[in-house]
Amino acid sequence: MSEFSYEIVIGLEVHVQLKTKTKLFCRCRTEFGNPPNTQTCPVCLGMPGSLPVMNKKAYFLGMRTALALNCGIPKFTKWDRKNYFYPDLPKGYQTSQFDLPMSEEGYLDIKSTKDEFEPRRVRIIRAHLEEDAGKSMHDEAAGKGDSRIDLNRTGTPLLEIVSYPDMRSAAEAKAYMQELRLLLTYLDVSDCNMQEGSLRCDANVNLHITTDDGVIATPIVEIKNMNSFRSVERGIEYEAKRQYDVWQETGKVLGELPKQTRGWDDSAQVTRSQREKEESADYRYFPCPDLVPVIVTDQQIDEVRQEIGELPSALRERLQNEFGLTIYSADVIVNQGLSLVEYYLELAAAAGDNKLAGNWVQGEVLRILNDQEIEIEDFPIDAGRLAELLQLIQTGDLDSSKAKDVFAAMLTSESSAADVVKELGIEKVDEGALEALCQVLVERNQRIVDDVKSGNEKAVGALIGQAKKENPNVNPGQVRQICLEIINNL
Amino acid sequence: MSIIQKTASEQLALLNSGELTSVELTQAYLNQIEQIDGQVGAFLRVETESALAQAAAIDQKRATGAPLGKLAGLPVAIKDILCTKDTPTTCGSRMLENFEPPYNATVVEKLLAADAVILGRTNMDEFAMGSSTENSAYQTTQNPWDTTRIPGGSSGGAAACVSADMAPLSVGTDTGGSIRQPAALCGCVGLKPTYGRVSRYGLIAFASSLDQIGPLARTVEDTALLLEVLAGHDPLDSTSVNQPTPAYSETVNQPLENLTLGVVDRHFGEGIDPEIEAAVQAAIQVYESLGATIKHIEMPHADYGIATYYIIAPCEASSNLARYDGAHYGYRTDQAEVVAELAEDGSDEGPLVRMYRKSRSEGFGEEVQRRIMLGTYALSEGYYDAFYLKALKVRRLIRQDYDAAFEQVDMIIGPVTANPAFAQGEKTSDPMAMYLEDLYTVTANLAGIAGISLPCGFTSGGLPVGLQLQAAPFQEEKLLRAAQMYQAATDFHTRRPELS
Ligand SMILES: [Zn+2]
Repeated sequence: MSEFSYEIVIGLEVHVQLKTKTKLFCRCRTEFGNPPNTQTCPVCLGMPGSLPVMNKKAYFLGMRTALALNCGIPKFTKWDRKNYFYPDLPKGYQTSQFDLPMSEEGYLDIKSTKDEFEPRRVRIIRAHLEEDAGKSMHDEAAGKGDSRIDLNRTGTPLLEIVSYPDMRSAAEAKAYMQELRLLLTYLDVSDCNMQEGSLRCDANVNLHITTDDGVIATPIVEIKNMNSFRSVERGIEYEAKRQYDVWQETGKVLGELPKQTRGWDDSAQVTRSQREKEESADYRYFPCPDLVPVIVTDQQIDEVRQEIGELPSALRERLQNEFGLTIYSADVIVNQGLSLVEYYLELAAAAGDNKLAGNWVQGEVLRILNDQEIEIEDFPIDAGRLAELLQLIQTGDLDSSKAKDVFAAMLTSESSAADVVKELGIEKVDEGALEALCQVLVERNQRIVDDVKSGNEKAVGALIGQAKKENPNVNPGQVRQICLEIINNL
Repeated sequence: MSIIQKTASEQLALLNSGELTSVELTQAYLNQIEQIDGQVGAFLRVETESALAQAAAIDQKRATGAPLGKLAGLPVAIKDILCTKDTPTTCGSRMLENFEPPYNATVVEKLLAADAVILGRTNMDEFAMGSSTENSAYQTTQNPWDTTRIPGGSSGGAAACVSADMAPLSVGTDTGGSIRQPAALCGCVGLKPTYGRVSRYGLIAFASSLDQIGPLARTVEDTALLLEVLAGHDPLDSTSVNQPTPAYSETVNQPLENLTLGVVDRHFGEGIDPEIEAAVQAAIQVYESLGATIKHIEMPHADYGIATYYIIAPCEASSNLARYDGAHYGYRTDQAEVVAELAEDGSDEGPLVRMYRKSRSEGFGEEVQRRIMLGTYALSEGYYDAFYLKALKVRRLIRQDYDAAFEQVDMIIGPVTANPAFAQGEKTSDPMAMYLEDLYTVTANLAGIAGISLPCGFTSGGLPVGLQLQAAPFQEEKLLRAAQMYQAATDFHTRRPELS
């Protein structure tokens, strides 16, 4: 069979665990990693007679996120029951929002600094609240069917953010996830820990294949279990190839097969068909009679809007336009999170040189953070102290290599940059003395002068070495510049 | 007159004056239960020891002069649908045979705080689904006025125990008439409060948007006393309404002036037993003689009440009862049998699904299974709009009928049931006939309004007849005062069934 070109069409459903102390409908704690079934009560265990009471904090965190995703907030929403049987769902239904979600119609812009794709606006269909299920741990070895259930997670508030199928490559899907995660951390609404499951992604994927008879669409597949950005990318790439091969083989197109659910097996790097949770996908949604509808006022929406600070996309633009950073630098700093941005802003203001501050944050500071695996909050040099160092560079008191020595010393001391300079015995060389020294060196090294004159400027490096021997405090750049000037004027 | 024939209010006065102790009173009821509950079967469990211990503690408290709750020392029977910590709560079902909730229902907490003595648990239709108490998985309950007949349901045990002087006060639940209908058939008073008046927390749900907990007693005064304790806002129940609870027991004896009562003509005539009609008409005349004005009103959508109810209630039940899956608590089928069955029939059904299927088929009775299936069907894709959504629309129309009626009248007066108590087994094979038992009561649940049933006569065969008054939401105070006006003018409530 001949080969055809195709486009991957991707929509993502992202589940975000909201950062509340207590669960969505009871007062149990939401901590991760405690012994099984120690964070439960009659409500989240689905005991007979127990009733849910909505956690308002969760509702407002959901609203904050929805507003940051440019969603509209309806004034009236309600809770619905999604009915299905599964042991990690003790009530036999999940309380969710069906036809009147808490927010609708927003978007998230993504772009690539490495030109992997064109900038794109991914539209959001809706973001709604629901309760998490528990965890089942199966021991299906030898068909024993011994399963254990941990209901600590049951009832944890989740915000489900559903995108339109607006992404066209695995790289875009990954970028969307990364940008969404960044946004959520700026909003401080979630821990966003993919390993612990506080950020989970399902992808709906199919292909639009250009055939000789026009464009056809392959059946949509939902991919689950992608627990890292990398697996989102790999899972989608794998699935695209698989769908293409299956289409080549069977010719089946959208509508000819039911929607399939496949799980991403990270160790095998393949997607596998999953056994359905229930025989039919009819969830028999209906309004939950135990919960009253939620009515929100304009004032409440405004209050939540006030809680939202500057978001990544706006900050990137500001760092480029107002601070003159490159798109790449702005991206690197913003993507590290709000604390680093704040550090940068403070440093730039105190140092008085936005670009120099950008280079240092993006270079030395980030290098230390990565090497020592610490957050900017734990970085030993505060922005004020680093600014003093940058000022010494700007005045020419320190060259960049000396500045790095001073920086390294400052990491383990609490002294100011100026004091460290003194402690290290670094002194600024008098300009007259430096010129005199250079004059002597030029006169002493006729061979080097000739080399330079004949076009080999690099040869001047030897003079710098000699100058350093004479006086370790000389600025190599200055020596180079002065020597070249003298030689050229000869 | 023996102490148990006195009203709760009279008993309370004796307790307070020191002429009676709670232990004596509790023991008197325990003796009565011992003597006659073999014929009635009102109680699933009598909590003799804990009741006497509680009574002794309250007597002690009273002796020290400590402040006492409103029911201090009065025994109360509880329908076996209200969760009670570390005590079996079966809901009349095999499914919850060995279930002991880890917490108390809010009303149980309130009763304990009011220093009531919990006497025992009363029988009921399984998960409150039924009108005769024949759907209990454990036993039938006999009507004290004729033990060959049913007591009504689903709070059959709750009504029968009061009627036969086995408890002065009793707590039931009403989803479509489950307090008012058995109260009528057993000749006692039963009140269904406004939806949201009493917390549902710890009430094992049948149909969440219809269920309400309410009091049963022999007199309107006693009913007012118990409602005063049960009612009130509860932060644990989002649907409970935050409104102050009036002191019902203090105002119940104040007659209402310029009372206007609405009569729905369609409640009479075809389908209603002539003796019931006569008794209710006579009651209306009593009100007229007390100065009430009678107005004829229309309830245009009342005829759709049963159809609407039998869609909404099963839909909610199908979801509410999904939690009884054998996985977490309650009845679970034998695992070895599951494995053996699957090996034998070669089905590709997984062991989990087979465990669900068998546990639910074995743990639930026939009527519960029927309603789960009705509800599951009505909520299914393609049927939702035609059934559930349509039922919700009719429900709104029924509420509008009531709203319009209550602009013209203070209360609506009429029958509770079309017929007196029927024979055991008479309707068990005819679910439709059983469902029609709720004809006059379901609309109050659908609309969320308050209703009361009180004795208004007897058939020639000696069976009690009930009178229903319905009032606008949160008008329980007026409802009780109006009921008391009638009770003060009549003596039907003083008659006793003869049990040897
Ligand atoms: Zn809980």
